[in-house]
Amino acid sequence: MQADATAPTTPGRAGVNGEPPAWRSLAGRWEVLLVVLLVLTAIAGQAISPEFLTADSFTTGSLDISEIALMALALTLVVVAAEIDLSVASVLALSSAMMAALWNGGLPLELIMPVCLMAGGLCGAFNGLLVTRLGLPSLAVTIGTLALFRGLAYVVIGDESVTDFPATWTERAFGNFAGTFVPNAIVLFAVLAVAFGVLLHATPFGRSVYAIGASEEAAYFSGLRVKRIKLILFVLSGVVAALAGIVITLRNSTAAANVGMGFELTAVTAVLLGGVSIFGGRGTIAGVILALLLLGGIQKALSLSESISSYWIQIVTGALLVGSVLVPNLARRASEARRRRSSHHHPEEGPPS
Amino acid sequence: MSTEALAPTPTEGARARRLTEWVFRIRELGIVVALLILVAVTAVLEPRFIEADSLRTLAVNASIFAILAAGQTLVIITRNIDLSVGSVVGLSAFMAGDLLSGNGLPIPVVFVLGIGLGAACGLLNGVLTTWGQVPALVVTLGTLYAYRGLAFLWTDGRQVNAETLPDGFLRIGTGSVLGVPVLVIVALVVVLVVGQWLRDYRAGRELYAIGSNPDGARLAGVRSDRRVLTAFVLSGALAGLGGVLFTARFATVDATAGTGYELTVIAAAVVGGVAIFGGTGSVYGAALGALLLGTITSSLIVLRVEAFWQQAAIGALLLLAIAFDRLVGMRIDAALRRRSARRAG
Repeated sequence: MQADATAPTTPGRAGVNGEPPAWRSLAGRWEVLLVVLLVLTAIAGQAISPEFLTADSFTTGSLDISEIALMALALTLVVVAAEIDLSVASVLALSSAMMAALWNGGLPLELIMPVCLMAGGLCGAFNGLLVTRLGLPSLAVTIGTLALFRGLAYVVIGDESVTDFPATWTERAFGNFAGTFVPNAIVLFAVLAVAFGVLLHATPFGRSVYAIGASEEAAYFSGLRVKRIKLILFVLSGVVAALAGIVITLRNSTAAANVGMGFELTAVTAVLLGGVSIFGGRGTIAGVILALLLLGGIQKALSLSESISSYWIQIVTGALLVGSVLVPNLARRASEARRRRSSHHHPEEGPPS
Repeated sequence: MSTEALAPTPTEGARARRLTEWVFRIRELGIVVALLILVAVTAVLEPRFIEADSLRTLAVNASIFAILAAGQTLVIITRNIDLSVGSVVGLSAFMAGDLLSGNGLPIPVVFVLGIGLGAACGLLNGVLTTWGQVPALVVTLGTLYAYRGLAFLWTDGRQVNAETLPDGFLRIGTGSVLGVPVLVIVALVVVLVVGQWLRDYRAGRELYAIGSNPDGARLAGVRSDRRVLTAFVLSGALAGLGGVLFTARFATVDATAGTGYELTVIAAAVVGGVAIFGGTGSVYGAALGALLLGTITSSLIVLRVEAFWQQAAIGALLLLAIAFDRLVGMRIDAALRRRSARRAG
């Protein structure tokens, strides 16, 4: 987890020094490889079942991962800043549990939802303050709050579940957008994806997130308010996780404390598969969206297949995750070896300037 | 601990080491004290809590986690992490159940195969981390899924039940020798052996060196990759052993065995004083951490605190432990700095 080992891990994503030809720097971009994998998934999926490339399959397939997709957006910023938030799925559960409790208490949903979002923000602030003020590692902190927030969700509603949410809202969460085949939850995701994309890639705030991820010390000495920016990222992550909790509660019209168990690892997987470096400083929202599409596509294809067990999703996910870092590593090593050999033959060329 | 850099002379180094060694022991003592207070308070409120049977159950429940935490400690000390242990437990647990009920293999062979399977899983983790230079968090998150997927494919919805398992095997999970449960004996032996290896043997000490300063360790001639690989193989092997013991204890096994164990095990190690970024902690601390987490759960049940508070309590304890370690760490750093400044001045 030291910084020096990170720099060489993802050269394909950042471009190699020594000016490779344009097509190679394009093909070396992780996002392009993800598109290729997506196309392959589409072909394979269509071969498995003619239902794969249909509007209907998009509707159901995308709904299944909509909450994970939402959480992955805010998590992307956290990971780019070289931190991690494993508590997102527990915040989702706490938000769902609070919805149930407040609904049982007779409050209107229009009031409950902002309260849940605020609670999510508080959870995020708690994580963020422990990380920034006490200087604790976010991995350990959020493993702790993973248990703590999930525990609080159980404290709030126990093992009951609440299912009598009003149909107007559950239909809104489950339904499609204005007569199209795109679910409302995915429209919400798209809006947030644009918002987070702009925030990360087109604002000074986004640039400082990259700067912090690349080198926290350098960012600090160049005058960035590192602690405050990190705190904001954790709060954002908490709010978005609470939003995902609202969505999953209304979509299933069920609130329970055990909802979304293990979602945190899937969300982290999507972020890393999207080309975000676990050491921070690298990655794009577009890559994460492609990774989500890929994960959702493979899952849908396997669920449509009658002969292939859907358990393969886990093996494929694991292999893709490891492969997404391993393959660029090996490619870099091979190209370095080649460069060393060729510079041996032409010693007068010298190092690339 | 990176005390060497601060201490120029050998006597200085020895003194600094004594200080940190002392803090280590205090840290473990702290968990013991916390455990005793917890048990005492619970016993006052509910005397049956300290009856032999109840204490035995307590120790048995913590045994498998203590074994897993011992392995996890080795990996975390090298500044890596093994998230795949829960999946390895599942894989090995089902294999043990399947082999014993289907083929009637001798029990020792099943143990060897379970440990071997775990070691192979750990070897893959280690190779990808060292040779592949993929961060351990990414590797083991990937294999967490992959190994669990393999378990699902293998079981194909089947389940192993107590009726099909040989009695001799089930006695390992439930029986006792001279009043001490077999599982507890196994856990004690594992923790002692791994703990002494880490504490006193060169290979074990080198794990600390790698974790406190990877570059420094390499420059000092530590074969880092080989040592990290060993740590992963041992963690996998212990998870494999944990899986076989899981089957012996619970007798009913399906593909979901051990799901979510990884986070409990890491929590146990961290509560026990193993720093998540390597270089600090001991196997004994981690095992005590596992025992403390288990005891909290049991005492909350005994005290009839709503079961729902358990997880929240464990989370809060973990946060307390790391905050405490941080504060003590800052104090030690300051003390060491003062000391070397005095020497220099």
